[in-house]
Amino acid sequence: MNVRGRRGPGKPEADQVVAGENNSYTLGPMQAGPACCAPQPLIRVRNFSLFYGGRTALDNISLDIYRGCITALIGPSGCGKTSFLSSINRLTDLIPGCSITGRMHIDDSDIHGPATDLQALRRQIGMVFQKPSPFPFSIYRNIELPLHEHGIKRREDKDAIIQRVLQDVGLWNEVQDRLHSSALSLSGGQQQRLCIARALALDPQILLMDEPCSALDPIASGVVEDLISRLRGRYTIIIVTHNLAQARRVANYAAFFWVKDHAGRLVEFGHCRQVFESPAHELTAAYVNGARG
Amino acid sequence: MREISHVEIMSSGHARGDRMVQWVVYFAAILVSAAFVWIVWDLVRGGIGHLSWTFLVESSRDAGRAGGIGAVLVSTVLVLLIALAVALPLGWATGALLAEYVPAAGGLGHTVRYSLQVLAAVPSIVFGLFGNIFFCVYLGLGFSILSGGLTLACMLLPILVSTAEAGLRAVPGAHRLSATALGMSRTATLWHVLLPAAAPALVAGLLLGIGRAMAETAALLFTSGYVDRMPDSLLDSGRTLAVHIFDLSMNVPGGDAPAYASALVLIAALLLINVLAMRFAAGWQRGKMVTV
Repeated sequence: MNVRGRRGPGKPEADQVVAGENNSYTLGPMQAGPACCAPQPLIRVRNFSLFYGGRTALDNISLDIYRGCITALIGPSGCGKTSFLSSINRLTDLIPGCSITGRMHIDDSDIHGPATDLQALRRQIGMVFQKPSPFPFSIYRNIELPLHEHGIKRREDKDAIIQRVLQDVGLWNEVQDRLHSSALSLSGGQQQRLCIARALALDPQILLMDEPCSALDPIASGVVEDLISRLRGRYTIIIVTHNLAQARRVANYAAFFWVKDHAGRLVEFGHCRQVFESPAHELTAAYVNGARG
Repeated sequence: MREISHVEIMSSGHARGDRMVQWVVYFAAILVSAAFVWIVWDLVRGGIGHLSWTFLVESSRDAGRAGGIGAVLVSTVLVLLIALAVALPLGWATGALLAEYVPAAGGLGHTVRYSLQVLAAVPSIVFGLFGNIFFCVYLGLGFSILSGGLTLACMLLPILVSTAEAGLRAVPGAHRLSATALGMSRTATLWHVLLPAAAPALVAGLLLGIGRAMAETAALLFTSGYVDRMPDSLLDSGRTLAVHIFDLSMNVPGGDAPAYASALVLIAALLLINVLAMRFAAGWQRGKMVTV
């Protein structure tokens, strides 16, 4: 099945780079890893709430993130999608006055437990931000820094990993002759792929992506989107996106968030197709059809 | 379709106003450059005749009328090195504290920032008196290069701290988030990401500091003194270039030519340091110096 949804209000697909069958939002073929058809929870979120000072940002969220699948978080701005994403790798720790209740587990380890080794946690979980944010150093140095920090110091090891991840994101041929020139000389799309490569260098299980395409032009956005589809199976991906058409194309599962009483709530979670084509909740139906949000 | 010209869509009043502002801006820029060119030209005209290799290496004789500035150059470099060796680590560490470790408003940050503002506004002659009382007399260092360097270090702190803090604050927050998300510790983030990213600002602060140190006269008269012999140790009194120029032009009849030549050397040294520091910063930032 390779049905491409065209009902969403997002950018028309016509200006995207034509993609292979992996681009389907259905449970398309995977490169490796377990099939999504037999969902196997990797991250289990139970009664999770997040507060900024006295304000509730996320209220009582429970859902499973399945191993090897792409889960899209959709919903209007301010509904807590990014907060949810950054509490998975505990970037929320950086925000003063932020507190949580409830639990979030990766396999059996409690993400927010007192014994969690943050460095090890973040090594397992790569993150890509909305705006491409390479460090203002050379392309090589951008990927070398996290490797160095995690104890990979031998030159040959580093070179091998850097080549592998740049190949994974399709950047190797474009930059292999100028690894030591500034990463800021790359185009926006290339910078974003470099950031993905940098996140992949530590060999994470999970990739968090916060609107990775929204700051890119349609062509570059298409390239990055294809790349995300190709990573399916090898990594468990959670992607926040405002582009519903993109969510339909890349994701296996979708979680729809909505703001109620000033707090973000999970309205509906399910197979991407089900959420988009036969939503159980009327808010979801209104949102995916472009009537609300 | 007829092309609409620039003039037609703009009322003539606006156009005249725009042109005037343009003239004013150009005039200001030309005036500033002209002042610089005039100073350099005046120094070159007055000093180039007196400049020679022997002038650079010989010690001065006859109160500076004859001989050269060899000893003065050595004293200058020593005073500068001591000042920077003390002030750079202290200043940059304080800048890092203010930018990264304490909340922007209130508490310790406020106190430190306020005292630095006061320090920055203190006239250099007061630093001289303080240095004399504290370093020369109380610590017993006497009129020495060490006293002068330490006094200068106190003067440089406000500049170094505020430029380092501003530079670190100007590093986009995205870099901090990215580094944290990559599992980098706070120290590693500061050391490997934020400081290199802020390198241009740090170097700009360093240059301002060097400029201020090289130009300083008042604070040094009371601390490093104005003995123009070659110093034997850091505890010897030594005369810096700026003090030398001051002395030649104020106290030595017939000292104009060597004063000009010394000033020319001072300006040339500053320009050279400027260029070198900028190149160093560019190299550091590209990550070449840390990867190879």
